[in-house]
Amino acid sequence: MPVVRIPTPLRPHAGGLDRIEAAGATVGEILNQVTAEHPALRERLFDGEELRRFVNVYVNNEDIRYLDDLATPVAASDEVSIIPAVAGG
Amino acid sequence: MSEETAIGLKCRLCGKTYPKEALNFCTDDFGPLEVIYDYEAVARTLRREAILSRPRSMWRYRELLPVDGEPTVGRQVGGTPLVRADRLARELGVSELYIKNDAVNFPTLSFKDRVVAVALSKAVELGFQTVGCASTGNLANSVAANAAAAGLEAYVLIPDGLEQGKVLGATIYGANVVAIEGNYDHVNRLCSQIAFRFGWGFVNVNLRPFYAEGSKTMGFEIAEDLGWRAPDHVVAPMAGGSLIGKIHKAFQEFERLGLIDGPVKTRMHGAQATGCNPISATVRSGASKVKPVRDPRTIAKSLAIGDPADGYFASRLIVETGGWSEDVDDESIVEAMQLLAETEGIWAETAGGVTLAVAKKLIEQGRIGRDESIVLCITGNGLKTQEPMLERMRKPVVIRPSLEEFEALLGASHATARADADALAAGVV
Repeated sequence: MPVVRIPTPLRPHAGGLDRIEAAGATVGEILNQVTAEHPALRERLFDGEELRRFVNVYVNNEDIRYLDDLATPVAASDEVSIIPAVAGG
Repeated sequence: MSEETAIGLKCRLCGKTYPKEALNFCTDDFGPLEVIYDYEAVARTLRREAILSRPRSMWRYRELLPVDGEPTVGRQVGGTPLVRADRLARELGVSELYIKNDAVNFPTLSFKDRVVAVALSKAVELGFQTVGCASTGNLANSVAANAAAAGLEAYVLIPDGLEQGKVLGATIYGANVVAIEGNYDHVNRLCSQIAFRFGWGFVNVNLRPFYAEGSKTMGFEIAEDLGWRAPDHVVAPMAGGSLIGKIHKAFQEFERLGLIDGPVKTRMHGAQATGCNPISATVRSGASKVKPVRDPRTIAKSLAIGDPADGYFASRLIVETGGWSEDVDDESIVEAMQLLAETEGIWAETAGGVTLAVAKKLIEQGRIGRDESIVLCITGNGLKTQEPMLERMRKPVVIRPSLEEFEALLGASHATARADADALAAGVV
């Protein structure tokens, strides 16, 4: 199953976990499943149906904005990372 | 300082407040955190006379910097020249032009010494022993040098393929320098994961709210050196998009404290390279979201951030202040670097070429008035980005140590001038 990496400061809202396994064929499906299990994450990651402005999501090493956003396909061996966008520069 | 003037952090989106801790984003909505100040406390001690009585470094505005007590790192950073650039002004056809020259900042020759001085002073205060950064080069140099001087362990992550001067300028200080296969955005993402996992103080990740405030001192110095006023126009280079906003914030804070007359009407202009122009493209298209650039390609490597963290705020600021943003190609960057060097004797890095070339474009477009005051922000030193210039510069002529060969080199006109000089000398004797 694909694994989702949770950024350290959000772990209190994810049952203390740093990696969560979740079923799904796309980034959207996987994040829906994770946030169904951990509802406190839902409002933090999403504004309605869209990811918030300062949330970046990667499948392995690729930013999903360069792929197909939430419709980006995810294979069983893939890792999905949630990374705060406010860094660097 | 007897009083702590920075009182906490606040989310720029939802306003949720946090204590002064090593955290860069709001855990409710991922919005950026910014330092909040008690401006009444600031106003009690930060007056013109007080500033003028202090040493000429960035710390003369210390009440507006988020360090509690005396700074411990980078105490001599800042106080760089604001140069009245009349020869360059004539070339550009404008009347009042200044260069804010952070190419000679101490100790590592870029504006990054300002942000690092604040971030590492804060890191020491918070008890970090290991610090780090994601960098396109200048920040790597500054973190490495300032960490060395402060006795901190440093991990500096850079994209592979940086200019040699910038790589050497990090390794010389004994920092752990790690080059990442990929571009800056890959480096940055990795650093976001590293900082929290290992509990290190990454200046532009978890220490970023404090770090970013250091850039304000460039604006404070500009306003003070202009005789306590904000200019009509500022042109600043944009990588992550933070600097331009902090310079404007500096003018606003000075206005709020009565140190300059308001209202501040400075038009903020942002400069990018065409090969990495996410912010200027956003300004020009009027889009509400910044579209990242996947594969930045420009000789201005210090500006090659395809996914700028403050791109959204920078583009809004530019529009709101009546400024504009343009981008320029590599050839224009090199030409502008030469123009600055030949007219003002200032050798800026490639990013400085971007800033000047964009300024030239904005003047030609009429977006910058020819009789208005203009400040160009030069943020880094040309010694560090020699590669693109080496092949373009004339090589020195080689002659034997012979007067005849030198005269032959100068040609007939100089020979005549020499004969006149000889006659004059003879007359005097």
